[in-house]
Amino acid sequence: MAKSKDKIREIVVLSGKGGTGKTSLTASFSALASSAVLADCDVDAADLHLVLPPTVLEKHEFISGYEATIDPSICTRCGICQRQCAFEAIDQPDGTGYAVNPVRCEGCGVCVRLCPVQAIAFTDRVCGQWMVSQTRNGPMVHAHLYAAAENSGKLVTLVRKEARRIAHAEGRSLVLVDGPPGIGCPVIASLTGADAMVLVTEPSLSGRHDMKRLITLARQFAIPVFVCVNKFDVDEQQSKAIELDCAGIEGVHYAGSIPYDEQVVKAQIAALSPVEFSQGKTSEAIKHIWELIWSRM
Amino acid sequence: MIIAVASGKGGTGKTFVSAHLARIISGGATLLDCDVEEPNDHIFIPARTTSSKVVSVEVPEVDSSLCDGCGECSQVCEFNAIAMVAKTPMIFDELCHACGGCVLFCPRKAMHGKKHRIGEVEIGEWEGITLVQGQLDVGVALAVPLIREVKRQLPQGEDHISIVDCPPGTSCPMVWSVSDCDVVVLVTEPTPFGLHDLTLAVDTLREVDIPFGVVINKDGIGDDRVLDYCRQQEIPVLARIPHDRRIATAYARGQLVSDSLLEYRVVFHNLLQAASDLIAKGGSHGKKQG
Repeated sequence: MAKSKDKIREIVVLSGKGGTGKTSLTASFSALASSAVLADCDVDAADLHLVLPPTVLEKHEFISGYEATIDPSICTRCGICQRQCAFEAIDQPDGTGYAVNPVRCEGCGVCVRLCPVQAIAFTDRVCGQWMVSQTRNGPMVHAHLYAAAENSGKLVTLVRKEARRIAHAEGRSLVLVDGPPGIGCPVIASLTGADAMVLVTEPSLSGRHDMKRLITLARQFAIPVFVCVNKFDVDEQQSKAIELDCAGIEGVHYAGSIPYDEQVVKAQIAALSPVEFSQGKTSEAIKHIWELIWSRM
Repeated sequence: MIIAVASGKGGTGKTFVSAHLARIISGGATLLDCDVEEPNDHIFIPARTTSSKVVSVEVPEVDSSLCDGCGECSQVCEFNAIAMVAKTPMIFDELCHACGGCVLFCPRKAMHGKKHRIGEVEIGEWEGITLVQGQLDVGVALAVPLIREVKRQLPQGEDHISIVDCPPGTSCPMVWSVSDCDVVVLVTEPTPFGLHDLTLAVDTLREVDIPFGVVINKDGIGDDRVLDYCRQQEIPVLARIPHDRRIATAYARGQLVSDSLLEYRVVFHNLLQAASDLIAKGGSHGKKQG
């Protein structure tokens, strides 16, 4: 379907509950769409590159916020830093001296300002890295948040912004965002300002419960939601119930269902998306869902 | 003894393993659901709520009769949660990390804390299990203060067993959930995504220095690379749970499979034993030797 060239659509794939098939679906959509830019916003545990092997073109450090470090040779052990830290981030490893626990420190700088002898340094924090790559289905922006690092929301925002910039520069009409699980900080960062959410769920009480919370979030941002049920045949009754759940909510559309299929894991092992790996009922189902969503954009 | 159940990748079976561990512990256990963005343990452990509390963080509020518009609060704030608009501080509650800096450093003492609700902690009982569940309000970004409140409910005492069901990922919410636990059970699945995210979780746990082992769930759906990785990294595999349609069906309906299929009671008993052996052995943090 022809789309206006000057408008970039941004579609974010989310699920609430993890492991319902966000990445397999995003990779499939990228094969079906003609000119997408991919953004892997699950920066905690990015997996899109495993099915879209990238040629990395650019690599950048992600520096965000600060971290505090106490110099034990200056510290007089007064303990003000520990009493005032809102994050329980000041430890006493040997029982007397103070040290900042870098995992807990959120970089607020309160201790740095309070320390009467200026024993606390405040330095830039390198939280991870982000990459611009070329894949067989188009450019991809992806990132890697370092172990136990902070600020995943900011990294998500950066990845999306870069993907939009590339879409503009290369005249591409679509940004496809592979989102993180949950409904908190990185999910909100993935969602704000997007044109549509594709919500992948599964027919279980957990999947449904998590879907409802995510729909509430999408409604707060007035973003249209397209629901698809993965592995629908694991429990057809609950799949039906999910379809009915969608019928009653404004801005929520039921986009279709995908069967349970061992080919999906085989595709993953072959580093391909399900629609590129095999032609069959799963591929057909995903194509139908994509055509429906794209026709409504 | 505190056992954390975590994973890098979502949907590998953290809640499945946590709820079943709590179920097979004789004499009762405490189950803490720290996946406050999407708590699911209550689906399997239908606890009757005995108490609940609202959890808030302290965000700043300005007393305009005292504020002279100096802008120090906005300077102090490292999270860009305070902007000066026409010599008046404008506060963005959702960006605030509740560090207290602006209140502390306001030269005119014009700032004070105001409670900003982020969610709820509920405590309930079911057949000897105490379920502590945190539930983040929809639209709230910061999960960590709520996770800390859930963890404050950990019972004291060496003999009592507590299970901590962690959120997915490897960043702050996961790290706060596993902190102070005696051992971490990492649940993964034998697929490329499962393996990749397992290696990220392993990096994080080595950073925080807590002993850990791996549970391979849905064993048989993929390949042997998770097993090879664990062998090579000398990470103990604590259990392998087969890919079994009966589990998927029970899980979908919110049922505990160990109640109907005795063989799974044995699987989780062995897992509990393997986890406590890992604590007893100590020292080994699943690190590659040499």
